[in-house]
Amino acid sequence: MDLASHITLAALGQQLLVGLSRTTILFIVSSGLSLILGVLRIPNVSHGSLYMIGAFVTYSVATLIGGQTGFWVALAAAPVVVGLFSLAVERGIFCHLYEREHLMLLLFTFSLMLVLGDLVKLIWGSDYRSLSAPPMLQGSFSLAGMPFPRYNLFLLMIGPLVALGLWALTNKTKIGKIARAAAVDREMVAAMGINVSWVFAFVFCLGCLMAGLGGALVAPTQNITQGMDHTIIMEAFLIVIIGGLGNMWGALLGAAIFGITDSIGILVWPQFAIVFPYVAVTIVLIFRPKGLLKSTW
Amino acid sequence: MQQQKLLSSRSLIVVAVLLAALALLPTMASRYYIYLVALMMVTGLLATSLNMVLGFGGMYQFNHAVFYGAGAYAAALLTVRGGFNPWWGYLLGPVMAAALSLLMGIICVRLSKLYFGMLQISLGSLVWAVVFRWYSFTGGDDGMHGVPSPRLIGSIDGAYYFVLIVTVVCLALMYLIVNSPFGRVFQSIRDNPERAEAIGVNVHLHQLIGLVIAGFFGGVAGTLFVTVEGSVFPDMLFWTLSLEIIIMCLLGGWFTFLGPMLGAGIVVSLRAVVGIYTDYWTMVLGIILMLLIFFLPEGVLGFFTARLGRGRAAGEGD
Repeated sequence: MDLASHITLAALGQQLLVGLSRTTILFIVSSGLSLILGVLRIPNVSHGSLYMIGAFVTYSVATLIGGQTGFWVALAAAPVVVGLFSLAVERGIFCHLYEREHLMLLLFTFSLMLVLGDLVKLIWGSDYRSLSAPPMLQGSFSLAGMPFPRYNLFLLMIGPLVALGLWALTNKTKIGKIARAAAVDREMVAAMGINVSWVFAFVFCLGCLMAGLGGALVAPTQNITQGMDHTIIMEAFLIVIIGGLGNMWGALLGAAIFGITDSIGILVWPQFAIVFPYVAVTIVLIFRPKGLLKSTW
Repeated sequence: MQQQKLLSSRSLIVVAVLLAALALLPTMASRYYIYLVALMMVTGLLATSLNMVLGFGGMYQFNHAVFYGAGAYAAALLTVRGGFNPWWGYLLGPVMAAALSLLMGIICVRLSKLYFGMLQISLGSLVWAVVFRWYSFTGGDDGMHGVPSPRLIGSIDGAYYFVLIVTVVCLALMYLIVNSPFGRVFQSIRDNPERAEAIGVNVHLHQLIGLVIAGFFGGVAGTLFVTVEGSVFPDMLFWTLSLEIIIMCLLGGWFTFLGPMLGAGIVVSLRAVVGIYTDYWTMVLGIILMLLIFFLPEGVLGFFTARLGRGRAAGEGD
């Protein structure tokens, strides 16, 4: 086997950066999932469908408006559309289901995933779509002799911004503090005279908005297809579990493990690259079954 | 003791009539319906095998499809790549599924509920990913087609009767297991693991045995699928199928023995019937399920048995 012979330091660094930009997408999606799991205790299987809807909406808006502005408008519009949609779903359906046990909620959101999957097929058809990045983010630049796509650099800058924003929102604002308190003891929060139901609606909407944002950001990097919901939701769930349920930094750590093992896998053994992250997750779960960082459950 | 009540004299008559109808089906129905009913029995056996741990053991087994796929792939690989007689494949497929279930069970059994389920899914995804990518051995995402059957059951009627006999035998065995002393202890673990532990039951050992049994019968269902379809593909191991099987158990009612069978029948026939009229049958299924969970969380059969006052109060588990 000449598995290791083509691995140079530069190639390793390049793949590491690719892995980190993948981490950005995974973190954005799974932090939303983690937020909903931590505060509302809903294992939302339809989170991946919202990600897919985000990607399709981005495609439609960007091609409708066209050009440089089209992409930026789409990037803002997709999370808003997904967020509003999820708010309607939360107020219409989920707010009546909070008392159900986790397995029922999981199956309920799985059913919602089936419905949303077909809804996407109904609206956008079963062909795959592809969207190119805006001109200023197209092409690549040279990094230590290796080409590195500009769009990935953009993702690498967005990631920390989102993490910082989410941290500020949950730790520095009043509603964020209420949400964190509700995650620990919702009865007590309600006893303080706070309308917990609307706090939950806000958190659900915010979490789903993250799924939409993830979908919007991923749109120019891959084919937008049916079935992208199945892949992302499994990855996001495993990331949330290895990071620690409801822990935002855990989601970041889990996403990094997932993204980096995946990209290193491509370098080491391309055929079985998709196996690498699952091996990493399994190893983590065998030694730390409740996740690496403290969970809020 | 709802099982004894389920097999009252009236139920026995129903079961006997149903069996007679199933035995006579190939003489009356067209090829398509024979195939459809065979598929219902295979899927029903799969759902019942999951319900051994889900409904009767209270364990969140989220990757049951992996054992279905493992049984099917083991049988197909032994026949096609190993050159064995297909009967050996049918015999060893379930054994290999049970071995896989044992291995995963050893890793997962100390966890409970959602954490157990997620580690199972993670291990299952690992198996799926290997099968999905190992083109030279498993055929990758194309799967394997034209897996030969033994001559005796090569025709559609032969395959149908083989599926019928194996399904009935497996259901009878599982029924005996559920009602055996082991089955009783297993159900008591579901209802209260701490108390079971306190009276000296080795909880993890019982759960592990339960997982192996479920994996074995899941593997049997997988080999039967190979008999009916003559092909295997990686979607058989994918997590969406695993959740779909859980849905079947829920649909039929997971505190009844035959509920999953009914649920599988509903899903398979729904796919066949609604699929004629529209491409969007999963949307129809999803909407039905959402309504069901919203209004009837104890399942169809559970609902009716509770209504008729024959079963115990449904939804008692946890």
